[in-house]
Amino acid sequence: MNAIPPLNRPDAAYNFAYLDEATKRMIRRAILKALAIPGHQIPFGAREMPLPYGWGTGGIQVTAAILGPRDVLKVIDQGADDTTNAVSIRRFFARVADVQTTTRTADASIIQTRHRIPERALTEGQVMVFQVPMPEPLFKLEPRLAETRRLHALGDYSLAQVKLYEDIAKQGESGSSYAHPVMVGGRYLMSPSPIPGFDNPKLHNSPAIMLFGAGREKKIYAVPPYTTVESLDFDDHPFKPVRAPQRCTACGSTTSYLDEIIADDQGGRMFVCSDTDHCAENQGI
Amino acid sequence: MRPAFTDTVFGAQQSFRALMEAIARPGRLQDCDVLPDIPEGLEPAAAAALLTLADAETPVWTDAQGDAREWIAFHTGAPLVDDPARAQFLLATAAMPALATLDRGTDETPQDSATLILQVGALATDSGWLLTGPGIETVHHLHVTGAPADFVAQWSANHAGFPRGVDLFLCAGARLAALPRTTRIEEAG
Repeated sequence: MNAIPPLNRPDAAYNFAYLDEATKRMIRRAILKALAIPGHQIPFGAREMPLPYGWGTGGIQVTAAILGPRDVLKVIDQGADDTTNAVSIRRFFARVADVQTTTRTADASIIQTRHRIPERALTEGQVMVFQVPMPEPLFKLEPRLAETRRLHALGDYSLAQVKLYEDIAKQGESGSSYAHPVMVGGRYLMSPSPIPGFDNPKLHNSPAIMLFGAGREKKIYAVPPYTTVESLDFDDHPFKPVRAPQRCTACGSTTSYLDEIIADDQGGRMFVCSDTDHCAENQGI
Repeated sequence: MRPAFTDTVFGAQQSFRALMEAIARPGRLQDCDVLPDIPEGLEPAAAAALLTLADAETPVWTDAQGDAREWIAFHTGAPLVDDPARAQFLLATAAMPALATLDRGTDETPQDSATLILQVGALATDSGWLLTGPGIETVHHLHVTGAPADFVAQWSANHAGFPRGVDLFLCAGARLAALPRTTRIEEAG
């Protein structure tokens, strides 16, 4: 397939940031209610976007609804700025909104992410937009959405607690290394999107606004700044964020989240930072 | 008829970001000055908030009369309702409708609750109520000139119904602050 050449000006065939104004208003109303009810999933009329479901249609719609000409946009995919999903979404907004883009976490006002939270601490001026494949944390335990809505209304999360109990009883630890459910504001059980458990603590009392968009499932939810976000656990089995015990091969970090990379066909492996900007910064690049 | 946003796209976007920051950080003041020329009786931040959020899909209640009412009906295209309980958005320019009479949503769909945009005399953050809750690191102060005398009692009842409840934007001139249903208010002792 031929690559779409980048434009040096906003594409005049589309409204600013692709979506029409009525759609943005509908999404904006959902975002405000999502911030007022932390962790509660709000249905919205997700539009068909010019990329397939599973590639961030929910996140893109949320970004399009909040984006302005003064924003600086960063997009990451599993921590990396240079993977296909991140590059194409960044170029999409550069094309339809003529917005400034960056790979530097510190310079970004909006960070759209697929399944990571940057290592660098976020600040008050920043908004995180998460791409969410499955917003319902009880999905694998109760397939009927009408029933999960009722369980959320009642605050009845015994299913999730029994699942965690069985995991611990059988294998001594939680069975979910990513998308480990969290309690938001002590009220709603929420899927943090498939971020590694390592990133769950970064949601807790963050100064940044956290918005979650699920395009196929047509849901928006949010965590306001300075809101309690506790990973589901038990008093005698507290939640433990997991990190590979190695050092990053590139920058030597012993604290960042690592990807394991197969280096050759002799069984050689290396570990490097998943957050490419953080790794480059550590190396002084 | 006075104009709406000078730029439909960026006027709405700029106002929305002020509204989003406001509701994410309850009690913090945001500037929302994108409507220089509006009818008498409306104030810039309140008018911009309604223009940003309301459209043909959202029933609106307002106590504004005359030109202001026509301006709202024309520029938002929203159906104007007489009963505050049926409105999704309310713009109160004078007396605040009692919070208990507004739509507070249901336990399963608390997002269907009303959003009240209230024009008040003045807002200040150096004294006044003590606000705590999500969006607030320790405590925010908010002083509102022109809120009803029993506001804190009404708000406590609204807050106690969480997740059901009304969300509130307080607007004074070109500045606004928000009180989402999660915010607790204490009178300064």
